[in-house]
Amino acid sequence: MAELKAGTRLRSAVCATEVMVIAAAGGELDLRCGGAPMIAMAQQPAGGEVDPGFAEGTLLGKRYVDEAGAVEILCTKPGNGSLALDGTKLILKENKPLPSSD
Amino acid sequence: MNVMMLLEMAAQGCGERVAFTNGQDSLTYQQLYDAAGAGAALIRASGCRYVAMLDVSSLAVPVGLFASAWAGVPYVPLNYRLTDAEIRALLARVEPALLITSDQRAAALADVAGLQIMPRDAFLQTARTAQPLAETWSMDQDDTGVLLFTSGTTGAPKAAVLRQKHLVSYILGSVEFMSAAEEDAALVCVPPYHIAGISAVFSSVFAGRRVVQLPDFDARAWLELVNREQVTNAFVVPTMLARIVEAIGDDPDVRLPSLRALAYGGGKMPLPVIERAMRVFPNADFTNAYGLTETSSTIALLGPQDHRDAAASDDPALRRRLVSVGRPLPGVEVQIRDDEGRVLGAGERGEIYVRGEQVSGEYVGRGSLLDKDGWFPTRDAGSMDADGFLFLEGRADDVIVRGGENMSPGEIEDVLLEHPAVADVAVVGIPDEQWGEGVAAAVVLKAGHSAEVAELQGWVKQRMRSSRVPQQLEFWPELPYNEAGKLLRRVVKATLSKAS
Repeated sequence: MAELKAGTRLRSAVCATEVMVIAAAGGELDLRCGGAPMIAMAQQPAGGEVDPGFAEGTLLGKRYVDEAGAVEILCTKPGNGSLALDGTKLILKENKPLPSSD
Repeated sequence: MNVMMLLEMAAQGCGERVAFTNGQDSLTYQQLYDAAGAGAALIRASGCRYVAMLDVSSLAVPVGLFASAWAGVPYVPLNYRLTDAEIRALLARVEPALLITSDQRAAALADVAGLQIMPRDAFLQTARTAQPLAETWSMDQDDTGVLLFTSGTTGAPKAAVLRQKHLVSYILGSVEFMSAAEEDAALVCVPPYHIAGISAVFSSVFAGRRVVQLPDFDARAWLELVNREQVTNAFVVPTMLARIVEAIGDDPDVRLPSLRALAYGGGKMPLPVIERAMRVFPNADFTNAYGLTETSSTIALLGPQDHRDAAASDDPALRRRLVSVGRPLPGVEVQIRDDEGRVLGAGERGEIYVRGEQVSGEYVGRGSLLDKDGWFPTRDAGSMDADGFLFLEGRADDVIVRGGENMSPGEIEDVLLEHPAVADVAVVGIPDEQWGEGVAAAVVLKAGHSAEVAELQGWVKQRMRSSRVPQQLEFWPELPYNEAGKLLRRVVKATLSKAS
């Protein structure tokens, strides 16, 4: 479990995925990728495989959220694992694009 | 957080796309990323604590901006229109600095003690060929990304501090990653020392949109470049749009088929100019953006549909939205407060306060101006209608106090602009023995139109309280604007005060 706050960067322990937290409700949250708890950027993955139940992959630049709106996660590097919070897969955030203003 | 993360993602996602074009030269996202790394190594080796950029738009601008972020050194863009003496005064406040500039300026500033100067072409050449900095960038969100000297109307310019968290928050809050199509291109003609010039670099990079740089704005050159580079998006300040529309005139041969979106901001847009522009570019999406240096650029937007709805409406209240700056961005809150700090209701005029992750409100030596709840007083006067559309009424400091009555120049200007002969107008307070301050106006007439002083005074009197009628009114060939499109109200005020 990791303390998640805006700006926190994490990496997957089992695939190439890297993320940045854009928003998070306070407290410790169980954020996983590919079925394994995500680790700090400086930490080396201990090895392991992507859980087949969490293997749909992450897409570069996409934002992921949970149904309850507890977290918003930006994928900064894609990988094979899927993101999940407390065992439930995060979903792609629907965005309403703003017109370019500069 | 660090803006380098935005570029790293763009290099991963669309590394082969062209990121910046200047004349015949260009950089892809991967080349820009590599140049930022080599530039960072150069900055680190210099031992300097600031990187100052004193130049027109060039490929060295995005390279210097990202290289500074990678090296963890604040980037300080300087206004190239300032005199050498003014530049020296600013450089004394950012020691020790590495200055990237033109050959001419390099020679003129060569004797500044402790200053390391690198001509722009040499910087770019080194950044394109040298090895990148071995270590990665800091992710400390409180690192200073940009120090921007604001155009102080009185006293020395203030140095606004924009930290990495403000810059990154602005982009993540307003831009979708790689949302631009491969053929999209944005023409950037705002100067690189202006917040809109800085945010254009970050926005375009994260959107994956190619930037075409136009170093010296000229309406003909702008039109030509739009067609040559098949520009799809452009940002202009109101004076530029007025000149573009004027240059096109009634020439039916001028067509800009590629141009899909035209954004504007940086100053008040006169209603006749935007109405004419919408007629000249019927297929373009218009967006009005309102923002400040201290808020890392845009905080409110009037979008394309808002423009169309307002232009098509017969309801004066809805039609007036064409001169509003729209509604706050998601994640940005806006309040209108009175002098005592009370929050005002819909339609009431007061000072605009703003809150959000992108809002810095901090100056070197003065600390943060945010209140305990995170609100920043913009010193802009304005009001918000019941649907959340924000209207600017000039600077809070520009309020005219006549015999104890507060009046905003904007409301009087709006009335004068409705007169068929008036092209542009500035209303200011001038010293008045009887009332403390009196109302004065400088008016620019439309070509081929005429009007008398008494006629315009009568026009205001019919529509407003008599205290609003300008006691002094002059006709000028044009109003003084700075290159960022901001009306130089103090110049108008000084001139009209002298004449009274």
